[in-house]
Amino acid sequence: MPQTSPILTLKDVQYRWSGRAAFDLRIRALNLQPAETVLVLGESGSGKSTLLSLICGTILAQSGQVICAGQDIAALSASQRDKFRADHIGLIFQQFNLLPFASVQDNIALPLQFAKQRRERVGDMTAEAKRLCQDLGLPDEVLTARAGTLSVGQQQRVAAARALIGTPPLIIADEPTSALDAASQSTFLDLLFAQSQAHETTVMMVSHDARLSNQFDRVLHMSDICETARGAL
Amino acid sequence: MILRLAFGSLLARALTVSMTILAIALSVALFLGVEKLRTGAKASFADTISGTDLIVGARSGSVQLLLYSVFRIGNATNNVTWESYQDIAARPDVDWAVPISLGDSHRQFRVMGTTPEFFERYKYRSGRSLAMKSGLVMDDLFDAVVGADVAETLGYDINDPIVVSHGIASFADHKDQPFRISGILEKTGTPVDRTVIVSLEAIEAIHVDWNNGAQIRGQSTSADVIRGMDLQPQAITAALIGTKSRLQVFNLQRAINEYRSEPLLAILPGVALQELWQIVGIAETALVGVSAMVVVTALIGMMATIFSSLNERRREMAIFRAMGARPSVVLGLLILEAALMALIGAVLGLGLVYLGLWIGQPLIDSAFGLWLPIEAPKLTEIYVLVAVVFASVIVSMVPAIRAYRMSLADGMTVRV
Repeated sequence: MPQTSPILTLKDVQYRWSGRAAFDLRIRALNLQPAETVLVLGESGSGKSTLLSLICGTILAQSGQVICAGQDIAALSASQRDKFRADHIGLIFQQFNLLPFASVQDNIALPLQFAKQRRERVGDMTAEAKRLCQDLGLPDEVLTARAGTLSVGQQQRVAAARALIGTPPLIIADEPTSALDAASQSTFLDLLFAQSQAHETTVMMVSHDARLSNQFDRVLHMSDICETARGAL
Repeated sequence: MILRLAFGSLLARALTVSMTILAIALSVALFLGVEKLRTGAKASFADTISGTDLIVGARSGSVQLLLYSVFRIGNATNNVTWESYQDIAARPDVDWAVPISLGDSHRQFRVMGTTPEFFERYKYRSGRSLAMKSGLVMDDLFDAVVGADVAETLGYDINDPIVVSHGIASFADHKDQPFRISGILEKTGTPVDRTVIVSLEAIEAIHVDWNNGAQIRGQSTSADVIRGMDLQPQAITAALIGTKSRLQVFNLQRAINEYRSEPLLAILPGVALQELWQIVGIAETALVGVSAMVVVTALIGMMATIFSSLNERRREMAIFRAMGARPSVVLGLLILEAALMALIGAVLGLGLVYLGLWIGQPLIDSAFGLWLPIEAPKLTEIYVLVAVVFASVIVSMVPAIRAYRMSLADGMTVRV
């Protein structure tokens, strides 16, 4: 048993998409410890998206508990969940993470608009955005560039900076490296982990790519942590 | 920053957004322009005659009297005898009186006989006097002063001879007594532009050899003989009257309306003009209605643009959601965007109106005699702009609510 309380706990969670594409997901138990890096492996259709939506609070489990940073997600109202997500979870998607028309700086600072705690932790937004870019190996001039003009690799690093700003306790990455080549994937994770370790941030990444496994503290398989069922139930 | 992002998003779709803004700007410009023209036309119409307190004519309707005496439309039912005119002009409360005599024409233009005092007393556009473009007020019995439209249409110049026809649209010419153009008036935008003005005596002179509307066969008196005759008119068509004090206008009006020896009618030009405008004014309401519909069309166009942009912007909205924005932020962003477009469009439209006025003002004045003042936007115009922005907010609710639903359903994961 770990000594510290987990940053994220899912217990006996059940979620069911009704309608034509009915889909049933059950998770008995999932615990993430502070500062650990976890890779969740699963093929597409294994319920990854549903799992992420449950953690982020954009959907609510029909039964069971999702506890993030000590807070039961279900106990919050919809707008409280949005605020909670802004403050506690940094998100990185597969691609098209950024608002292409906005500057890199504005993209990085975007979550702070909705996250009071993170904003207070940051202080000077511009300086922090600049520091993160430097630490993630981005040249200074990208800060004022429009995000849409950056290469995919650079865009993913900007997305990482956006997830890291204001040091949320949990970062969730949904196949952030799938659009990158193998060498860039590895570098990206190294840079991300260097930052997350510095602030004891937990990183949970979902992917179908097992080659990245050795860079993580722990590797879980979707098939081990949850049961899924399809069709009319 | 959210405002900056909304701006950025608009800029990113510069082409469609600028088309939408252009449509709104044009519609607003049209609406405000029509409104300006309408008030301009109304003011110009009311300014057709000013400085005259009463118009006196034979008893008929006030609009009819106004139409033939000022607008030279239609004919008088009857004349006013010279004695009655003299009697009224001699009243102590009458400051001045200018008789006018109508009935003859030159080509498509009316001929009006009057006294030289007409040029001093006739005022338009709140107190402006008639001015000579070239030449002088008639001096000789057979001198004529023509309005700007007459000179322009018929290509007349000073000293050109003109022949007056008997009656209106008639083939019987007063060719024995040709007139000489002594002066051409500046454009006024009033019916004076389409009038040939001669002296009251000249009207008598050209009718010397006439009787009951036909020339007396074989009779032709030479101009020199006519000059020696007594050309005191027997009757006039109407008279413009100014009172010594405005307070006496109503008393005088009643006195004339109750005049014993002859049925007469005195009208206040301003009141009669308003009556007439009420008849003409139906068209203006229709015009305003049509231009308002154009604004509505532009706003619906904007709604369509926002609708069609929703799909390509699902990603953008998902990013906002993932970053912790409530769905209402997404709703607000779209409404803000619409309001921004409408605001820019409305201000641009106002600018277009001023640009149009700046360019068109002298042209419209010289072509139609319609003076459109360039002045700071009136409160009503500001209201129109605010109303457009407000309407855009309401209209954008429809796509915004759809986006709200979409972003609720999509959450932060978009499978596009």
